[in-house]
Amino acid sequence: MTKPTIREIFDSMDYGTAPEGNAEVKAWLAKHQRFGHWIDGAFTAPGKTFATRNPATGDILAEVTQGTSEDVAAAVASARKAQTKWAKSGGAARARVLYALARLVQKHARLFAVLETMDNGKPIREARDIDIPLVARHFYYHAGLAQLMDTELPGLEPQGVCAAVIPWNFPLLMLAWKVAPALAAGNTVVLKPAEYTPLTALLFAEISKEAGLPKGALNIVTGDGETGAALVASDVDKVAFTGSTSVGRKIRQATAGTGKALTLELGGKSPYIVFDDADLDSAVEGLVDAIWFNGGQVCCAGSRLLVQEGVADRFHAKLKRRMDALRIGDPLDKSIDVGAIVDPVQLATIKGLVEANRAGEIHVAACALPEGCFYPPTLITGLSTADMLMQEEIFGPVLVSTTFRTPAEAVEIANNTRYGLAASIWTENINLALDLAPKIKAGVIWVNATNLFDAAAGFGGLRESGFGREGGWEGLRAYLKPGAKTKALAPVAIPEALVEEAPAMDRTAKLFIGGKQARPDGGYSRAVTFKGKLLGHVGLGNRKDIRNAVEAAHAAKGWGRTTGHNRAQILYYIAENLSARSTEFAQRIKDQTGKSGTDEVAAAVDRLFTYAAWADKYEGAVKPVPMRGLAVAVNEPVGVIGALCPDEAPLLGLVSVMGAGIAMGNTMVLVPSEAAPLSATDFYQVLETSDLPAGVVNIVTGSAQELAKPLAGHLDVDAVWSFSSQPLSTLIEKEAAGNLKRTWVNHGRARDWTRADAREFLAQATEVKTIWVPYGE
Amino acid sequence: MQTTLDISTHHLPQVTHARNPGMGLDLDWVASVHANTSAIERRAATIGARRSVKKDFQAAWLLKAISLIDLTTLSGDDTAGRVKRLCAKARQPVRADMLQALGLPGLKVGAVCVYHDMVATAVEALEGSGIPVAAVSTGFPAGLSPLHLRMQEIGESVRAGAREIDIVISRRHVLTQNWQALYDEMREMRAACGDAHVKAILATGELGTLRNVARASLICMMAGADFIKTSTGKESVNATLPVTLTMVRAIRDYEDRTGIKVGYKPAGGIAKAKDALTYMALMKEELGQPWLQPDLFRFGASSLLGDIERQLEHHLTGHYSASNRHAMG
Repeated sequence: MTKPTIREIFDSMDYGTAPEGNAEVKAWLAKHQRFGHWIDGAFTAPGKTFATRNPATGDILAEVTQGTSEDVAAAVASARKAQTKWAKSGGAARARVLYALARLVQKHARLFAVLETMDNGKPIREARDIDIPLVARHFYYHAGLAQLMDTELPGLEPQGVCAAVIPWNFPLLMLAWKVAPALAAGNTVVLKPAEYTPLTALLFAEISKEAGLPKGALNIVTGDGETGAALVASDVDKVAFTGSTSVGRKIRQATAGTGKALTLELGGKSPYIVFDDADLDSAVEGLVDAIWFNGGQVCCAGSRLLVQEGVADRFHAKLKRRMDALRIGDPLDKSIDVGAIVDPVQLATIKGLVEANRAGEIHVAACALPEGCFYPPTLITGLSTADMLMQEEIFGPVLVSTTFRTPAEAVEIANNTRYGLAASIWTENINLALDLAPKIKAGVIWVNATNLFDAAAGFGGLRESGFGREGGWEGLRAYLKPGAKTKALAPVAIPEALVEEAPAMDRTAKLFIGGKQARPDGGYSRAVTFKGKLLGHVGLGNRKDIRNAVEAAHAAKGWGRTTGHNRAQILYYIAENLSARSTEFAQRIKDQTGKSGTDEVAAAVDRLFTYAAWADKYEGAVKPVPMRGLAVAVNEPVGVIGALCPDEAPLLGLVSVMGAGIAMGNTMVLVPSEAAPLSATDFYQVLETSDLPAGVVNIVTGSAQELAKPLAGHLDVDAVWSFSSQPLSTLIEKEAAGNLKRTWVNHGRARDWTRADAREFLAQATEVKTIWVPYGE
Repeated sequence: MQTTLDISTHHLPQVTHARNPGMGLDLDWVASVHANTSAIERRAATIGARRSVKKDFQAAWLLKAISLIDLTTLSGDDTAGRVKRLCAKARQPVRADMLQALGLPGLKVGAVCVYHDMVATAVEALEGSGIPVAAVSTGFPAGLSPLHLRMQEIGESVRAGAREIDIVISRRHVLTQNWQALYDEMREMRAACGDAHVKAILATGELGTLRNVARASLICMMAGADFIKTSTGKESVNATLPVTLTMVRAIRDYEDRTGIKVGYKPAGGIAKAKDALTYMALMKEELGQPWLQPDLFRFGASSLLGDIERQLEHHLTGHYSASNRHAMG
């Protein structure tokens, strides 16, 4: 094609091309060509390598080393060696290093941006204006957290060595999300970048030396999924993973019972809800940022469009016109909206999913599509919730759409998914927006906006989108643990049922489900004895009792919408009623354990007062994000929590677990101490007289071992806690992988139940939801 | 369809598009209009970064920008001499040698915009050039002189040879949500313009909210405005990208409903070549190619041309230019 004259361009008014130069990146790549890992502050000699390519051109950019388990072990050893000194250097010293990293990212911003675009295929505008500035911001923000944590977070200490396994969609940004908080908190890191996109991590590692980061504090091991699995299996203290739900599930199973802390940021099918009173043009433009940002290869992409029926046709027409104006092509061209798909494998996945779809009506953007690893912006309208593409994550530039009639129906459709990462709500009615925000199951809500991120605001999901938050104080918390030393927890023996003395009057303890005393489904009971004295019988609950209890807990979820004040009133009332029967409860503890129960009952009453106090005081936060608007972090109930209660404090333990849970608005299924269950069955009588709505607390007695499995494996339970003295942690964490529910288990370590440690419990009993509300008139 | 014009002829809207006849006042439509300020600001903030034109393309776009300029003088000290000088610049906006080298000899600006008293002078000075004269009118800039005088002013300017009339709306009708009054006034002004094209200046800096801007835009179009224009250049805030986005989206909705293309003119504060490119990219993205022609898009600007001339000379020579190398307007 001949070059057009100025006169011809004057008539055509085409944009032409505006390629970003990449000579500096090419020079850097030429210097290295074949990369080893970055271990102990230096590049290792390259091992067996594989090519990393520019997806837009197919050109090989460099060869990187396939990490072996030996490589991983070397990196972990280096991190281990460096960790104590790094932690001991203090928050202020670490802040200096993080600050220097932030400055270095800015100083090399264009180099990073161009390299990211070449390795990943995202438009240079995004790498330059979004990814890299967010990376710098993340290091600045965490320099601040490092500076403040010694005074603001006393009693916490770093996890130790953190493994980070990150995806290919935001290679350097995801590195920042893992590395900045880990280093700030005094951990050292071994990071495995994605196989498709390892280069910016290697550049970052090289540059980190200039920031004075000690050797071993950050190690990069490249490789594929096998390398990642080796890293997860290695001697690390925490695993932080961002990636697909299927890999996240494997990691959950692989780390079960190891005691490794785990955070998972997984997939999504985030709803994008447009009401008839929205600024429709702005909502259309928002979709460009929701689903065509990074070619839709974004975990929180607004990929599921829900439009109110009355405006659906008009909205879709506007959307199609907007799609047709998108420019897809060379990612280094500054005037490109949609770049390349990261790899032909991903392209094939997208194609496969769309081609398998038979439903709805498809609109493919009428923009020119280059040859190669590109996929056109696509809209599929007229789908219903039952269609596969409304449920499955596509991870590409494909938007699916359905309609709704009412706000309630919008919520219902929005929540009709296994995921729970993010949601966008478009309406000019603030009442409607703020009413919906708490009802939608997601970790992040954007009102009249989409894909807003900041280091100060927590990001992360619920359900099969994973658990844990990144960003803010809540994100840092995931890289810290309580500093107190714990003792091993010995299993409490269940006294053998040798009855030498029968009670004066037979009393039958039942299960407590949905506010009613219920006989166990299996029809079996167990005699509870102590030193030959028969104290009573408890029902042996089974999986069906767990099912019934979970159903009852769900039916009681209105509890989460009551006010903190109301919940406090009921907790006080429970305390009052327990206090009135303290002598009897103390005697019961003595009968079951042989030890005086007086102090435990008093502590239990006090504990109820503590959680009554917290019920209306566990406050959220307004995050100072760099935007005119509010980013509000709200502490929401987790939902239905199943808990295996401790054996060593049969009443206080149960009350602590229950108190924290219901104070925050959760409903609960409690499995009491197997050895001393009668304190729990007595306690339901207290609950019955304390105005607690039916189903908020359900008690299923029986074998902890037997009940743990159906409870942890239940797909409609949102979290499982275990303080049981039985070795159940591995089982629970494994079973929890099904719906990726949150777990909090003791790994066989004892807890001092005389201490409330309320903040720890409250954090476990809540999900931080970040609601972004930009404003302006 | 490409709507490219022969630049040697004049650029009046009737050349390619039907004039906006207006329509009845549809208050339901007006009431349904929403403009989310922060979302509009976010879009506006990224337009400049989403599109970039370089080298020959940049030169061509800047030359196009010149053809879109309403070269303007609206000062209390305007004289016939001053206006003649401006008109000479309008005829030869860029040094002849440069235009020759760029391949666009004969390039002219979109129009010359003056106060009523200067219309006759400008018409005479521009005779034979094809460049239309636009007159600001209706008690410009405040629009608070008696209604009948405002109407008479339009008629006098048309009789003096103005082919475009830039009227100012009564801001108070917007601020009090008196849509009927705004509609009636605009209708009457449109009628008074006769065959002359009418640009409705909304004075967006005085309308308080983008929603008001969107609604006022719509009503002026319903009442038959050929163009909607942001500002008089005399408000403390003049053309901005968020206001532009709001107004061009209203234009798009109006076209969707009626099939009629209405023009857009940002005025005031656009002084740099780079700003002009951003506005043009916005027009191309939001409304499409037809709005890159002078019959549907104008810049109300006085100092923009000077910056463009310097950029063009840089393009030709590779050296940064100086303003004394270009004729003043």
